[in-house]
Amino acid sequence: MNIIVVGNGMVGFKFCEKLLQKNLAPSVKITVFGEEIRPAYDRVHLSSFFEGKTAEDLSMAPRSWYEDNGITLHLSDPIQAIDRVEKTVTSHRGITLPYNYLVLATGSAAFVPPIPGMDKQGVFIYRTVEDLELMQHWAPRARKGAVIGGGLLGLEAAKALLDLGLSTTHVIEFAPRLMPRQIDEAGSQMLQSKLEALGLQVHLSKNTAAITGGDAISGLSFADGSAIDADMLVVSAGIKPRDELAKQCGLEVGPRGGIVVNNNMQTSDPSIFAIGECALHGSMIYGLVAPGYEMAEVVATQLVGGAKEFTGFDMSTKLKLVGTDVASFGDPFIGPKEARTIIFEDTVKGIYKRINVSNDGKLLLGGILVGDASAYNMLLQTAKNGLALPPNPEDLILGNRSGAAQEGAGVSALPDDALICSCESISKAQICNAVSEGGCENLDAIKKCTKAGTGCGGCIPMVKDLMLHTMKQGGKYVRNVLCEHFQYSRQELFDLIKLKNLVTYNETLDHLGAGDGCEVCKPAVASILASLWNDLILDKGNDTAQDSNDRFLANIQKGGTYSVVPRIPGGEITPEKLITIGQVAQKYALYTKITGGQRIDLFGAHLGDLPAIWEELIAAGFESGHAYGKSLRTVKSCVGSTWCRFGLHDSVSFAIQIEERYRGLRAPHKLKSAVSGCIRECAEAQSKDFGIIATDKGWNLYVCGNGGSKPQHAKLLATDLSSETCIKYIDRFLMFYIKTADPLTRTATWLNKLDGGIDYLRNVVVNDSLGMAEQFEAEMQGLVDNYTCEWKAVVESPQLRKRFTHFINAPEEKDPTVQFETMRGQRKAADWNS
Amino acid sequence: MSATITEQYTWFAACSTADVPSNGGVCIKYKDQQIALFHFTRRNEWYATQNMCPHRMQMALSRGLIGTAGGEPKVACPFHKKTFSLVDGRCMSGDDCGAIETYPVRVENGKVFIGVPDRETELF
Ligand code: SRM
Ligand SMILES: Cc1cc2nc3c(=O)[nH]c(=O)nc-3n(C[C@H](O)[C@H](O)[C@H](O)COP(=O)(O)OP(=O)(O)OC[C@H]3O[C@@H](n4cnc5c(N)ncnc54)[C@H](O)[C@@H]3O)c2cc1C
Ligand code: SF4
Ligand code: FES
Repeated sequence: MNIIVVGNGMVGFKFCEKLLQKNLAPSVKITVFGEEIRPAYDRVHLSSFFEGKTAEDLSMAPRSWYEDNGITLHLSDPIQAIDRVEKTVTSHRGITLPYNYLVLATGSAAFVPPIPGMDKQGVFIYRTVEDLELMQHWAPRARKGAVIGGGLLGLEAAKALLDLGLSTTHVIEFAPRLMPRQIDEAGSQMLQSKLEALGLQVHLSKNTAAITGGDAISGLSFADGSAIDADMLVVSAGIKPRDELAKQCGLEVGPRGGIVVNNNMQTSDPSIFAIGECALHGSMIYGLVAPGYEMAEVVATQLVGGAKEFTGFDMSTKLKLVGTDVASFGDPFIGPKEARTIIFEDTVKGIYKRINVSNDGKLLLGGILVGDASAYNMLLQTAKNGLALPPNPEDLILGNRSGAAQEGAGVSALPDDALICSCESISKAQICNAVSEGGCENLDAIKKCTKAGTGCGGCIPMVKDLMLHTMKQGGKYVRNVLCEHFQYSRQELFDLIKLKNLVTYNETLDHLGAGDGCEVCKPAVASILASLWNDLILDKGNDTAQDSNDRFLANIQKGGTYSVVPRIPGGEITPEKLITIGQVAQKYALYTKITGGQRIDLFGAHLGDLPAIWEELIAAGFESGHAYGKSLRTVKSCVGSTWCRFGLHDSVSFAIQIEERYRGLRAPHKLKSAVSGCIRECAEAQSKDFGIIATDKGWNLYVCGNGGSKPQHAKLLATDLSSETCIKYIDRFLMFYIKTADPLTRTATWLNKLDGGIDYLRNVVVNDSLGMAEQFEAEMQGLVDNYTCEWKAVVESPQLRKRFTHFINAPEEKDPTVQFETMRGQRKAADWNS
Repeated sequence: MSATITEQYTWFAACSTADVPSNGGVCIKYKDQQIALFHFTRRNEWYATQNMCPHRMQMALSRGLIGTAGGEPKVACPFHKKTFSLVDGRCMSGDDCGAIETYPVRVENGKVFIGVPDRETELF
């Protein structure tokens, strides 16, 4: 039997996966034709492409998956004709194949309203990886963006434009309110003010008359005579089912598009099915992935001889990524005749919640959440499962005000068969079972074992709650604490140490911890102490609480020798200093290498030689480069306006100023920075924890990037800053990070976990939403003023120098087991003895 | 455990108590052996072990961080943070990379003595 699937999108893929999970006769042959160049990917999370995810990251399954499962996959080869009499399909490349059953999963395309000027450069749609690549390519030359469409997808596209660094973004909606299909008037207003605070400009009841400009877009004009400037436009005005193939072969389609199907997902030809966004069921196109997956299940079941029908699907949604929560569930609009409506509104915090309760007060029928959707999953489950409501239904949105919050009581009330992940049809019992029986104790494990949360991801908070709840029930301890010695998170500990004015590790352990410490809490606390007080890290008995590299102010290398990295701010160095480095390296026989951070590393120093080496370097004007610390490393620079014909400002001087300001600053993880003199970006500032790029008006500040094993581009925090403002913002940014990040968390990872993401961070840093800006700046200034070179302090103190010996009872002897080999005229460490 | 009741020790004077940082370690040279000596000041205890980490044969344990797990004193190697019990020398980091030797320690009049068994042990 031949089954041919037309379309390799999310639903087409899921159909194959579901079919394979059934007991298929070996004679069944599955062939898939896809129009796009890559195998199916997660379109729901398409926007995360702009946050550094690659097309591969988004892929649902690699090409090999199809091969391994005996599926023939033709990509970049759309089906162009169906012959229903001969029962064959013909592809663009001319392949003609017979089918017994044909499954159309052609999805939909962006609906592009017939507005003059749509063909101009700089006008985009938002549907495929290629669309996003085109946008990314265009964005650097654009400053003002616009999106036509204020619905679910339009707002997501608008957020993407902000992330792409456009300074202004307009959202244009034809209807008198945003997200008209999901939320009511009052909710829309709240959402609008939230979005405006994020920097979006919202225009309602606007009918776009024309896209203006020459070859490229320069603006939009509206039917009411008004106009705006824009050099980039995304059209997201709705979707149009891809039914052209169905039409061509005479299948029944709806008056406004969509392939008509019955409850079996059969089209007007019983051997042809249609599923996903191309299918019109009960006069409805389901533009969400979960109903599409359900349709896939319905068809897969029938093809192996089972019976299953599609009878409509819940359209509850939670908007992701916009920087503010929006959700609607059940029937959000149901009127006063059929239901009682309870509304909670807080205009200061920007929260709007509405629930619709049946007239007898027993059932939850639907609702809307704006600004705080933390209760979404719980409410959705309550509505879907017909759970009994509490005596005061308003408690559902106000929280229990009578005292002790019963953590986990919410999820425990759900019936075992409550559907938690609707994309993958995973029930509460399956998740709890994976935790208690399968031993899955983190989200990744649960995802692997049950697939819950791998679709749209909306259920993840609830999956996590269920996991914690089940673990607690099993008597497992769950809290984000440092280690067995401190029952606090790093952030809590930071605040407590400051409050109690503790200055040593031992004091901290006495006051806040238990037992005798370990290799996890010691460096974490030592780092907090250094961030707070900036005392010499080897003082006050704190030396033995430091990680070994900090304790010896150098990185330990293979064989037990150390590296020496003097600071070379901005990568600028005089010939005299270069000569000194050469002389010191020669004298102590050190392997010498230019690092990836624009400075010079000297390897292979014996512990006992470190003070003497540093004494010579310090005498020549060098200082510690803190290559060993969780602290500022290098501020790379490009040559900038001093020499470069494109340079806008003096990037070297600014890099040196920045490096000297933050040198020695201890943080949860290392910090790297760079300053580029123009957008050519030779200093790679966008791969740094904080990076600065010159513009014709000042500096653009990017934050939270890194290289390393999981590279992530930095995000634009603020534009066209003066040098003073730029430094102020960095002060605030760094202090906020230092205070709130978990140990060993780089800024990028920290931002990924920060609620509200870059918009929240921008609010804190630029708009001072926490009212802490002045304090942050003062605290940073205190640390800056308190800076001394650690190596200078050691070199000048005979007592401290004494600690740098290999044998305490034979200080002049070096470690006799250290072995070197020679390579290209230098010494290198001998390989590990195995 | 390396020390059994029947075993005889040669005690040697390693260093003075002031030479050892509190809650940290130093490396002691004894003939051609290297011994890590730790002063666990918080517990008022002294421990000695071989200095070599058996994971990659690095002379490094004296530079490691000490602490406890479930009340049992341990040292973490600075190279890859494998941990070893200071009491019986076993590797406490799940994957087995071999145990380390431990030695008894005595403190008298500000001097630290370490006992090495009277057998020719190859320590590295
Ligand atoms: C020397 C150098 C390689 C070189 O020969 O060029 C180097 C060497 C080490 N790197 Fe690096 N990294 C060096 C540039 C980089 C860069 C490139 C850069 O900074 O432009 C990166 C990627 C950029 C980034 O960090 O965002 C880099 C990403 C890492 C990472 C991964 C960090 C991450 O967040 O994923 C580690 C591991 C860690 O820090 O936990 C690491 C750790 C290390 C350590 C400290 C490993 C260790 O614990 O022994 C290496 C020993 C250095 C030593 O003994 O002096 N090194 N390392 C470079 C020193 C730069 C400098 O002047 O200070
Ligand atoms: C930016 C964005 C955000 C979204 N966010 C959400 C969300 O948060 N939650 C949610 O539930 N849904 C969301 N959606 C909708 C969701 O992505 C779709 O519901 C889902 O992808 C539909 O799957 P499908 O397989 O029907 O269509 P598609 O994924 O569009 O796949 C159809 C495929 O068929 C191909 N095709 C078309 N014609 C032919 C032909 N003749 N021959 C061969 N191949 C053909 C197309 O090129 C395409 O690859 C979002 C969509 C977008 C674009
Ligand atoms: S990339 Fe790995 S091996 Fe190379 S220097 Fe960095 S940490 Fe060491
Ligand atoms: S060498 Fe000690 S842990 Fe690897």
